[in-house]
Amino acid sequence: MSQQWREYLQPDFFDELIGPEGPRPAARPLLDLLSKLGPETLRERQRAAELEIKTLGITFTVYTDGNAIDRAWPMDIIPRVIAANEWRRTEAGLKQRMQALNLFINDIYGPQHIIRDKRFPEALIATSKNFRPQCRDFTPPAGVWAHICGSDMVRDADGTLYVLEDNLRVPSGVSYMMMNRLVMKHVFPELFENQIILPVDDYPSQLFDMLAAMSPRPGDRPCVVVLTPGIYNSAYFEHAYLAQQMGVELVVGSDLYVGEDDGVYMRTIQGPERVDVIYRRIDDDFLDPEAFRPDSALGVPGLLRAWRAGRVALVNAPGAGVADDKVVYTYVPDFIKYYLDEEPILPNVPTWRCEDPASLDHVLRHLPELVVKPANESGGYGMIVGPKASRAECERFADLIRSDPRNYIAQPTLALSTVPTLTDHVPEPRHVDLRPFILSGNEIQVTTGGLTRVAMVKGSLVVNSSQGGGSKDTWVVETGDAEAQG
Amino acid sequence: MLSRMAENMYWFARYLERAENVARLVTVTTNLMLDLPRQVTADWGPLVDITGSREAFMKRHGEISEHRVVQFLLADRDNPGSLISSLTKARENLRTTRDIVPAEAWEQINRIHLMAQDKMGEALSRRGRHEFLQAIVGHCQQIVGLLGGAMSRDEAYEFMRLGRYLERADMTTRILDVRSGDLLAEIPSDLMAYSRLQWMSVLKSLTAYQMYRRLVRSRVSGVDVVRFLLREERFPRSLQACIRTLEEGVAKLPHQEMPLRAVAQLKSLLQRADIAALAHESGTLHLYMDELQLKLAACHNAIVATYFSLEPMAAHVGRPHPATTEPIPPPAHSPSQAQTQRAN
Repeated sequence: MSQQWREYLQPDFFDELIGPEGPRPAARPLLDLLSKLGPETLRERQRAAELEIKTLGITFTVYTDGNAIDRAWPMDIIPRVIAANEWRRTEAGLKQRMQALNLFINDIYGPQHIIRDKRFPEALIATSKNFRPQCRDFTPPAGVWAHICGSDMVRDADGTLYVLEDNLRVPSGVSYMMMNRLVMKHVFPELFENQIILPVDDYPSQLFDMLAAMSPRPGDRPCVVVLTPGIYNSAYFEHAYLAQQMGVELVVGSDLYVGEDDGVYMRTIQGPERVDVIYRRIDDDFLDPEAFRPDSALGVPGLLRAWRAGRVALVNAPGAGVADDKVVYTYVPDFIKYYLDEEPILPNVPTWRCEDPASLDHVLRHLPELVVKPANESGGYGMIVGPKASRAECERFADLIRSDPRNYIAQPTLALSTVPTLTDHVPEPRHVDLRPFILSGNEIQVTTGGLTRVAMVKGSLVVNSSQGGGSKDTWVVETGDAEAQG
Repeated sequence: MLSRMAENMYWFARYLERAENVARLVTVTTNLMLDLPRQVTADWGPLVDITGSREAFMKRHGEISEHRVVQFLLADRDNPGSLISSLTKARENLRTTRDIVPAEAWEQINRIHLMAQDKMGEALSRRGRHEFLQAIVGHCQQIVGLLGGAMSRDEAYEFMRLGRYLERADMTTRILDVRSGDLLAEIPSDLMAYSRLQWMSVLKSLTAYQMYRRLVRSRVSGVDVVRFLLREERFPRSLQACIRTLEEGVAKLPHQEMPLRAVAQLKSLLQRADIAALAHESGTLHLYMDELQLKLAACHNAIVATYFSLEPMAAHVGRPHPATTEPIPPPAHSPSQAQTQRAN
């Protein structure tokens, strides 16, 4: 069986479960079981897992050509495994990063010391799509703007974990992280008994505690709601799931209104009920027709007014997206140094900013080797992967970059790490990334592991579910204790 | 409970009840047509009147015929009272309240809706019509039974019942109103037997025939039918029973004053009626049915104003909407789909 794993290994990539010497310590019990079960049994368990996902109604929506299709959530049963020691260090790095990001956002909407001290260019704010002038000169409770952040991480061939980007507008995926764990407990119960795999189930109560702590009204029963764009949104499943798990109301914009006292009220059969905290899953643009897009039918007129009056907490705060920008990303290590006077624990991916003439020159000359992304797109759209692109595509993209250099950043093509993934034959390596979620309230908490996304196609680096990616459960395993228990 | 959810439950139940009633009405009328001789000029016109859509029908079709009326009542999507429209709207209203009702209800409404779409062709000919409509009625009853058996008696349940019983009461008065019009006219003695058939069909269209016979052992007579359908407390589809259920339901909800008052007015109007006097003159009966319908509409408006109104509550209490005879269709709760998709 170890022969099989030797054949499995690819020399240019780091595999999360199997090292050059064989199975990594944290993954050993898992791999022993996988070998013992064999491909046929594994496929059976995979089918059982898929059936459970279907029965539980775990779906996501894909939009193509004006059609919406509900797809069953794709999960491969072989999990990604991380040693708890490594995770603890990563966790510390994510907390540090989050702290610096919130200090930055608070500063940028406030005194803008970082600009005055010339550690961040003013021009970047002026051209930032997500900077909201409507949020200037205001400090939300605890100075926290990005209460919930999904920071995507990737590991390169040398084993270094990098932060790829910080999603802190309306990050999603956490419900799938929990669903994956639920299903996996049924697929491999024997492994949960024999090892310490750290739990992820307490996320909803941590989320609720954080939300409740943001309430502007004192008392122990704050009214918290989840604000959804509605059933046609691709992440609706998650909105409904989180609301249900926290035991709070799921509302749409028309369920709320802002009263004459600038309080936010919910329309119930008992009459208007005051709302303290809104976990909003609607983008800034659509949040408030009075303050942002006037044609939005999804938002609540006057919501920004209520927020600025301190009558309601909005999670994440409007305007937090200023830091959800691939160019601002390149400054995060500088934020850590400037605001915290510390060295970053976690590295950024080396990045060239095309707005800088020297970098632009380098990028244009090495385009076929680089990954170039627009500053503000998500879902893997609008980018180019140099090594996979044709010459014509590279030339067209080069023109795009030249026309708007501020909008593009470039990174080397990372050799993303792999995890064994089931195929029709034996498990094969597939590239993965990781999205842990960070909650910032009165304290900062990080999910144990996070959502592992996997590119299902051999050799592909595209992990987004909307473009054919799949997912895996993520296990943070205590190695020390497991060995002590024998 | 969110006003929007309450409103969806209410309308879900109204549309489901409407679908079942339309299906039953068409099936009973079809059977009646098979029994009547040519001289008795009962035609399909009354069905169009029962659903309050004579004007719309004449505009679209211009002429009464079995084929056109059946098409209009079952398959026409531009007719908001048609079977297919009612089922579609019932489904739409259940879609966002799925989480508060047993999951099978959603599966069931999908199934009926799909079946109605796929097999509608069979209904348009006399041959397949009976089986199709029986299936529809059966499936509707299945959902009602499922919800009755598996749903907690919470506020969602109460709003569902309010919708169902208001719709039922409304349909009862409409059927009585329209059918008794022809039935109470002077009937030549050789056609008396057929008048009994027609009263029987009135009962059957309200699933009341069997229970009527058990109670009223003599022959089917107009007076007895009117009395039974209006005031027989123990029969769940009578107006009396509907009103009692409305009363009980509203009493369990907050802010009940205005809706309770509206129901009380309806109740007293029903109790004041001199059935014998009404049943002898079609003109008086017609006027009375009109009054009942106005009071029913007032109940509906009171519920809308108290629980569903989109304006802040304080502004609306005490200022009822103007009464209408046609139920107000639910407000458009579907902002641009494109916005929803792009919104995060």
